[in-house]
Amino acid sequence: MTDKRVNDFVLKIGTVNGTGSASANTLLLKALFRMGIPVTGKNLFPSNIQGLPTWYEIRANHQGYMSRSLRVDVMVAMNAQTYQRDLEEVSPGGFLIYDSTWPRERQMNRDAITVLGVPLAKLCNENFSDARIRILMKNIAYVGALAALLNIDTRVLRTLLEEAFANKPKLVESNLKAINLGFNYAIENFTCPLPVRAETMGDNKDYVLMDGNAAAGLGCVYAGATVGAWYPITPSTSLMDSFDFYCDMFRKNAESGEKNYCIVQAEDELAAAGMVLGANWTGARAFTPTSGPGISLMSELIGFAYYTEIPAVFFNVQRVGPSTGMPTRTQQCDIMLCAYASHGDTMHPLLLPANPKECFEMAVTSFDLADRLQTPVFVLSDLDIGMNDWMIPELKWDDNYRPDRGKVLSSDDVEKLEKFYRYLDVDGDGIAARTLPGENAKGAYFVRGSGHNKHGFYTESSSEYKELVDRLLIKWKTARTLVPKPVVKRAQEKTSIGIIAYGSSDGAVLEALDNLAARGIHADYMRVRAFPFDDDVTGFVEDHETVFVVEQNRDAQLRTLLILETNTDARKLVPVLHYNGMPIPSECVVKGLCEHLCVEDLA
Amino acid sequence: MTFIAKPRIDLPGHRTNDIGLYRRDYEGVLSTLCAGCGHDSITAAIVQAFWELSIPPEKVVKLSGIGCSSKTPAYFLSGAHGFNSVHGRMPSVATGAMAGNRDLVCIGVSGDGDSLSIGFGQFGHAVRRNVNMLYIIENNGVYGLTKGQFSASADKGSRSKKGSINQWKNIDSVQTAISMGGSFAARSFSGDREQLVTLIKAGIKHPGCAILDVVSPCVTFNNHLGSTKSYTYTRDHYHPAAHTDFIPPAGEIRATYAEGESIVVELHDGSKLLLKKADSGYDATNRSGVLRYLEQQRARGEVVTGLLFINAELPDMHRIYGTSATPMKDLEFDQLNPGSEALAKLQGRMR
Repeated sequence: MTDKRVNDFVLKIGTVNGTGSASANTLLLKALFRMGIPVTGKNLFPSNIQGLPTWYEIRANHQGYMSRSLRVDVMVAMNAQTYQRDLEEVSPGGFLIYDSTWPRERQMNRDAITVLGVPLAKLCNENFSDARIRILMKNIAYVGALAALLNIDTRVLRTLLEEAFANKPKLVESNLKAINLGFNYAIENFTCPLPVRAETMGDNKDYVLMDGNAAAGLGCVYAGATVGAWYPITPSTSLMDSFDFYCDMFRKNAESGEKNYCIVQAEDELAAAGMVLGANWTGARAFTPTSGPGISLMSELIGFAYYTEIPAVFFNVQRVGPSTGMPTRTQQCDIMLCAYASHGDTMHPLLLPANPKECFEMAVTSFDLADRLQTPVFVLSDLDIGMNDWMIPELKWDDNYRPDRGKVLSSDDVEKLEKFYRYLDVDGDGIAARTLPGENAKGAYFVRGSGHNKHGFYTESSSEYKELVDRLLIKWKTARTLVPKPVVKRAQEKTSIGIIAYGSSDGAVLEALDNLAARGIHADYMRVRAFPFDDDVTGFVEDHETVFVVEQNRDAQLRTLLILETNTDARKLVPVLHYNGMPIPSECVVKGLCEHLCVEDLA
Repeated sequence: MTFIAKPRIDLPGHRTNDIGLYRRDYEGVLSTLCAGCGHDSITAAIVQAFWELSIPPEKVVKLSGIGCSSKTPAYFLSGAHGFNSVHGRMPSVATGAMAGNRDLVCIGVSGDGDSLSIGFGQFGHAVRRNVNMLYIIENNGVYGLTKGQFSASADKGSRSKKGSINQWKNIDSVQTAISMGGSFAARSFSGDREQLVTLIKAGIKHPGCAILDVVSPCVTFNNHLGSTKSYTYTRDHYHPAAHTDFIPPAGEIRATYAEGESIVVELHDGSKLLLKKADSGYDATNRSGVLRYLEQQRARGEVVTGLLFINAELPDMHRIYGTSATPMKDLEFDQLNPGSEALAKLQGRMR
């Protein structure tokens, strides 16, 4: 008999790409959310538009664990292509629901799990006439069956449908009809609810459901970015879609239709980077969203911006590499690439958001840092954060916020100077003042990627060259003081074990910490949120005998960066790696620590 | 690109333009190109044109890529912000600059290597977007800085200084720009100052992407017998298809041409271009006719010059996008930031 699992389960739905299951899955996610249960929804999708298998995985967890779990408590198998695989994936004691219009009693059979057949196609064919509607309603009908089986509040479902189709009441009726078909069939044929079930535990009113790309695009709007240049690439595309959507909502003149933003779809990533540089040079806040292959292409101009000190914001929504890799799978594989992108001596500040909330906040921070430091700044998100549905605290905005545009001299400022020199470090922080084109001839200067001296003139002089690149190191030190600080979670007991992680590995580590503590393994946890690392990072490594570095790539890139940039003893840093393209589960962290510490893994 | 301050020479009789600036106020630092380089003549023509148009230097941005031609923005308009970008990427930087501040007067200087090989895509897309800029291609058919390899604009059959014969068909920037739907395409010769100054002025005032290809002989690597980009060859095959007069907004058309022999194109700021038909029937506003004519002349090895195609009505990038008249960089933060209430409201839909 299955253990009772209340508000602690994974529901996975396997469908065919392009059959319209997204709205059904969103309906399920939102219903659980509104019942006050912490939820996350992850799209595990192929690089394909139509026809290949795709899954949506909802984790409901009353403790608020957000990472991917390796369990599957309830599988909805809607795709005959993957029946066998879906059947195997269900955890012992779990349930599999499939469309029994075409019974497969022999095939759908496995010990220790319960198979429930719901004739979804038959029910829909009998009750809906249009062929396309039948396919769509089949999805809604499984929502109905799940409502009965998992005890999902049907009043919440009704409200959600009424909100979604506020202008199309007929659709509310047809959707409710489909829900009832599934619901009633389940009630009549099975013992409902299952031991795996939901129960209302609040209303999550201080939270919202959002994906990281939507949040980052919104952050660009709030940061006052006006120019977005981009070349479409998975999984970053929806970031620019979001910027476009919110600009259309907030930045259009109601009367004239004039736009207070300019989005240029470039011919390639090189051009996108060039446009970002050009726009920032004139004083507009400009950015580009891309993914690993895009950064490879942009690298020449990234180095140019570093050396000529032009602010620029690059969002890298990481996907699996190398090369084209697996475009619809997630990884944290570009941290080294971005830290030192381009030829010659180059280093770039990186911001490392761990969830959509930080995507929003760090989008704003990235523009302030780029302007302040006059250099390219990267926001390193990934597919898991960018394209999946996360439950996050409602975003807040401080209306007193004003952008930090850094050292920009106005025409009047320039007039007061005897002479303006572009690269003169007056303040000793490594940052020289710039002027904007179009304002004052006295402030004119020449941007060049070739050798230049502190006055902004061409040079091939060894000493002048060295003076300038050494000053960029002073700026790098300044950057260290400006980037977001790491977040530390201390263990309940004093410990010599530390864990360092970043970005989307956060959820897995947080869950693993509880699991490990229950086994008597206590670890302090530092989540780094930026590069360059500040002294706290070095201090954390020094304070622990063993530091596990958890990340989602093969080569332990964050660990390498820590070794390079903190002068730490490499032997102290133990890699815990996950790089199969799926979001990291907490089990990986638990296993990594247990194996190293020679503790029997009870998981 | 060594920085050598140009001596300031005040000659008696020098006069100021409408905004009180002398011609030398439009100059830059001393050129480090080879003596006799066609590019220096183009630089001089740019100085002349900007001075005659009385454009405040600080309103101008001058951009370039990499190559001999791309060094030249340092040699004119020292009061303008300059941007010597990376190889072949000037058009994207210019596009971004104009996206950020549409009020700038933008001149991009490129070469045949920079625009027709490494930067061919960006050249095409600047034309396609009709970015409001003057885009000069200083065309010498060779890579000068790397000592004389053929470029993509070298004619098939032309001979290099080392003696090899070019086997590849050339890419013609003017024909390419027109076939890509460009709004302005012209060709000139660095040795024809009068025509060049007029075409530069027309290109600056044209409200879109003005492609101006200037045959500009490389005296060091491509000025020998057998080269089709030498001074001698260009002079021998020089063929103005249309004479153009530039008339500023308040100016009057003084030249008189017989009925049917000229076309007047009015630009948005009120200035006019008077195109005289040198070859009977040549009409620079008829796209298919122009392409047919250029192809005929190309087969004959003629260097056809003049304002070869114009459509001043094609909308530029900002008109297509519907961007605000206020430059992006001048928008106030309050105009850009929706505020906390809006944020709370929109999140109401995310539950």
